Amino acid sequence: MNKPRVAIFDFSCCEGCQLQIVNLEEELLNLIGAVEMVEWREAMSEQSDEYDVAIIEGSITRAEDEERLKKIRRRAKVLIALGACATIGGINKIKNNFDLNEVTEYVYGDNAANKIVQTIPTKAVDEVVKVDYKVHGCPIHREEFISILCSILIGKKPEIPEYPVCVECKAKGNPCLWDYGQVCLGPIIRAGCGARCPTAGFRCFGCRGYIDDPNINAAKDVIERYGLSIEMLKSKMTLFGTGQEPNND
Amino acid sequence: MTNKIDINVKHITRVEGHGNIVLNANNGTIEKLQWQVPESPRFFEAMVRGQRYEDIQIIVSRICGICSVTHSLAATKAIENAMNIDVSEQTDIIRVLLHYAEQLESHVLHIGYLAAPDFFGVKSVVPLTTTNTETVKTIVKAHRAANEWMGLIGGRPTHPITIKPGGFTKIPTEKQFKELQTKLQQTIQDLKVIADVIATVADKIPAFERDTEYVALKQTTPPTYTFYHGDIATTDMTEAIPVDQWHNVTNEYVVEQSTAKWTKWHRDSYAVGALARYNINAELLSDTAKEVAKMFSLEKGCCNPYMNTIAQLVECVHVAETAVEMIDGLLTKGLKEEAVTATPKAGKGAGAVEAPRGILFHEYEFDNNGICTGADICIPTNQNHANIQKDFEELVPQIISEGQDSIRLKLEMLVRAYDPCISCSTHMLDVKFVE
Repeated sequence: MNKPRVAIFDFSCCEGCQLQIVNLEEELLNLIGAVEMVEWREAMSEQSDEYDVAIIEGSITRAEDEERLKKIRRRAKVLIALGACATIGGINKIKNNFDLNEVTEYVYGDNAANKIVQTIPTKAVDEVVKVDYKVHGCPIHREEFISILCSILIGKKPEIPEYPVCVECKAKGNPCLWDYGQVCLGPIIRAGCGARCPTAGFRCFGCRGYIDDPNINAAKDVIERYGLSIEMLKSKMTLFGTGQEPNND
Repeated sequence: MTNKIDINVKHITRVEGHGNIVLNANNGTIEKLQWQVPESPRFFEAMVRGQRYEDIQIIVSRICGICSVTHSLAATKAIENAMNIDVSEQTDIIRVLLHYAEQLESHVLHIGYLAAPDFFGVKSVVPLTTTNTETVKTIVKAHRAANEWMGLIGGRPTHPITIKPGGFTKIPTEKQFKELQTKLQQTIQDLKVIADVIATVADKIPAFERDTEYVALKQTTPPTYTFYHGDIATTDMTEAIPVDQWHNVTNEYVVEQSTAKWTKWHRDSYAVGALARYNINAELLSDTAKEVAKMFSLEKGCCNPYMNTIAQLVECVHVAETAVEMIDGLLTKGLKEEAVTATPKAGKGAGAVEAPRGILFHEYEFDNNGICTGADICIPTNQNHANIQKDFEELVPQIISEGQDSIRLKLEMLVRAYDPCISCSTHMLDVKFVE
């Protein structure tokens, strides 16, 4: 059997999710042995137009990027969105809360009219093409990436948690950060990260996106009990929540 | 017979972010020679406006995956300066230790995965896994050690989750610091092995020199090979200047043939990064780091940009060795649990730290409620773009008769030597491009 051909492509992002693939360390060497890496600009000089699995990092912020992404989609049997920029638009979507002309002028001043700095409202990958699988997080959790990729390679459906970060946080026996006055988004955000931020004493700021069917009303009840405001909760959601609405059907 | 050279490297590989190299020459006459950066802009300075001061480092950490600790620390220092927030000596030392970890991780990645394939004449680290298995394993081991170190203090290797204005959400235990110390002793040995291997291919480093202005932080009290404290120093001037005057250093300008904004201080361009730090602070390196520098005949005043990779190797040893001593100091005093207290107030402040690839400036303004009203960021790679172009212009006439493949390789290696981190796109993005 031929090894599956895997290519990694980056769009607008910090490239920190690719870095997590490098950070697999020794396991990366095993991965390189199990698949045929045909394109990975950050790590290799080779390029290819043929691949079975395309891994897309980053969000779409320019018209020409949409065309490039569509071309990749046509050539890929399986397309994976890697990390928050690709799965939900990530930090790049904060821009969409502003008038884009004003944003461009604020940052580029006299050069704001230059063609190369033109921008479109940030889109997640699935707002442009069909996405087969999503690896959530900012950055991705490397163990989860390997588990999802292995599932795909052996033809099994990857396990992606449909419960909130609080479940993993409680399992770790952490004290609740709400008791310490922090506005943690754990109750409404998809688990799978091992509740790393609350475990380190930092509130969850929602990088994995909303879980399907979050109990928003329960979160409201609790936040009021803690004397915190819904406005503050909403302001915390703009880091990774722009343009997202919880699917609460 | 005409001798045409037509090099068009669209999106140079094995660098972080997107850059192009264009060279057209005919019979030895250079018609066009450009270092271009077509990275998509991301507008961070506009996006942080309206955000609370305690969220700023979460956002700007995402400027760059590979220097996320550096961006978090630069922002946090700027916020603390804006609001007169003091941090304890313990916080200060642990931050420096966290920052060291990122220097090591980024440098090992650059030396081992991005630059070394050129020294061995291959296109990536992949073929080296079979031809130089033990060396690759040692590089991976050092890289993992750096990531574990960064994860121990930062909460995870990329995009730290323990840094806050005023201090840390959580610090490692004394036992964890002791374990880290033991691991670092091993890392120093591994780095020596890597240095020995790189020394065997050091003849692949092109011998090219161009007299250059180097800019880096300099710390005098106490004298330290600094990445985190100090004033802005240059090889063109004896006095260093305070960080809040950073705009006088970067002096953005537009070049005639394009709309590109570059930076310059005393000359048309300057360089930042490991070689700049070395040229300003070399005498303050640790003993073993000095020995490694000697192995490669790296001396203060070196103007060969390709040697930046070697200066990084020297710094790897320095941070590992210095960290061992700093942990001794921490443990002797005993770790204290400290409450993080920060009260938002109106103000404006700048912060500078050394990213693995050079000096980084962040500046923010806040209103009374700690809401950000303005931001200005200048990343190291943008400070190097003009210098890369100037190096190209001096290098190409010297090697023009070498043939297209050799010229292309030397230009790519030159860009890689600067270890550019182009996805750190902010307002000083080099906007030069070709239709």
